[in-house]
Amino acid sequence: MVLLTTEPLQPQQAVEAVMTDSDGAYVQFVGVVRDHSKGRSVTGLEYQVYAPMAVAQLEKLVAEVKARWGLACAILHRYGFIPVGETAVVVCVASSHRAEAFDACRWAIDTLKADVPIWKKEFCPDGTFWIEGDEAITAQ
Amino acid sequence: MTIRALFFGHYRDIVSSGERELTLDVPATVADAAAALAASEPRLADLLSRTRVAVGADFATAETPLKDGDELAFLPPMSGG
Repeated sequence: MVLLTTEPLQPQQAVEAVMTDSDGAYVQFVGVVRDHSKGRSVTGLEYQVYAPMAVAQLEKLVAEVKARWGLACAILHRYGFIPVGETAVVVCVASSHRAEAFDACRWAIDTLKADVPIWKKEFCPDGTFWIEGDEAITAQ
Repeated sequence: MTIRALFFGHYRDIVSSGERELTLDVPATVADAAAALAASEPRLADLLSRTRVAVGADFATAETPLKDGDELAFLPPMSGG
């Protein structure tokens, strides 16, 4: 399953979406907004999305995890403004065994960061910055 | 033909809008649309040549042909997660 929403995320929702009685484990990555970034103090993040493409790309990731590892995957991503301490992204992979679940979960979050059209803007005491890859660009 | 160009991240700040209609001669590719935009927004010129693009919400290339009514998105390096 895939969910793109402005509402607070419920990580348990991703677990319930993927787990079956034949699964002995799930690996879940939960990304939370932190109060600093590369030396900058951060008060919150605002995520901008290209929604139709982001949903399609997230669905491709879920399908790829199924094709490559044979595992069920759920991805939740919140957008809009998210304060420090709240969850921005959840990736959950269920499996009979742990090794492939770790591999698939890591692949999914890494690929999400590179290939899903979502951008974050950092809110800092001295201004706002678009994060584009490794670059921070002053926002208007 | 007329297409809709979409902007994200700091490109949206430069254009001061999330989208803009572009009128192009037929036939046209993504590269032609980028050249038209660069002419009207010099600050985008360098960026567009090294930006990933999507046509109809799917990754495309500079050579991808455009048709009337297409949605062409310029995608800065992504930073989800």
